[in-house]
Amino acid sequence: MSTTKKTLAIASAVAAALTAAATTQAAAQAKEKCYGVSEAGQNDCAAGPGTTCAGTSTVDYQGNAWTLVDAGTCTEIDVPDMADGSARSGSLEPLDRDLPA
Amino acid sequence: MTRQQDFTRAVLDARLPVPEGLVDGSNQPAGRRFSVYRNNVAVSLTEALHKGFPVIARLLGQENMDGIAGLFLRAHPPRSPLMMHYGAEFPAFLRDLAQLSHLGYLPDVAQLELALRRSYHAADTSLIDPQMLDTRAPEALMASRFRFAPAVALLQSPWPIHSIWRYNSVDGAPKPDARAEDVLITRPDYDPVPHLLPPGGATWIAALMAGETLAQATETASRMQPDFDLSAPLALLIEGAALIDLSQ
Repeated sequence: MSTTKKTLAIASAVAAALTAAATTQAAAQAKEKCYGVSEAGQNDCAAGPGTTCAGTSTVDYQGNAWTLVDAGTCTEIDVPDMADGSARSGSLEPLDRDLPA
Repeated sequence: MTRQQDFTRAVLDARLPVPEGLVDGSNQPAGRRFSVYRNNVAVSLTEALHKGFPVIARLLGQENMDGIAGLFLRAHPPRSPLMMHYGAEFPAFLRDLAQLSHLGYLPDVAQLELALRRSYHAADTSLIDPQMLDTRAPEALMASRFRFAPAVALLQSPWPIHSIWRYNSVDGAPKPDARAEDVLITRPDYDPVPHLLPPGGATWIAALMAGETLAQATETASRMQPDFDLSAPLALLIEGAALIDLSQ
């Protein structure tokens, strides 16, 4: 391939990458913190040992532990009912239910 | 030997006697307190390794992980009080452990977990506007070099490390196929994300990281993978906020 052809091929591949990235970013919704939907030890955080962050929720659906969810879906996430049968849903604010004893 | 070295050795080796001269608050010999302390050190470092390498812990099972952590923490006690960085030598340690030589993929999966943790703690940077790539003339673009965000990491492995990580981290992820996998870690928002790279992608990114121009890196990758197409790996870099500077 001649240098000119290579240059054009790379330029068009770069353009394709820009289009693909723009499409993905438009499709990805803004994230928001959603409280009360993480299972014990499963809240999002890759900080590792020695931090107050990773897997610190010690009960399921802990009210003050959060995970990142797509904006707007937080309150629609189904979590199992509480032991007494009352319904549970996510919240954009820290909840005071299900806190570790 | 100094008293401090005596103390450190005895903390990490339960066969050694309690160091002399330890007393409790009422000036009584504190031998049993030392044993409690010795146990706490081992238990807390074992927990740190479970937290830092959750996929390795799942792959090995609780009991094996505890045993291997016990060996590791005595050979490599922390050198920094920042526990979030503990375990840097763990992948190499797994590689050298004869008992685990039948699980060849373990060291590379541990390296992936370590890289994710480092990416999480890497400094924030401001990224380039992707439109810079669009507005630059083709010849200038070919001569451009990229600088990468500190949160970006590249791993190349003969094992399916991405699939193994996903299978043990994401509910419902498919079982890994036996194949070589290269991984790009980016940190688009708050948390690092491992991406599987197409063939040639890792060669291309490694060349860019080493300072080659876009034209040189693409040439390098094409030699290795004749049908190499840079659009997929470049899209990953743009989406992942991986590029922080574009220079000639």
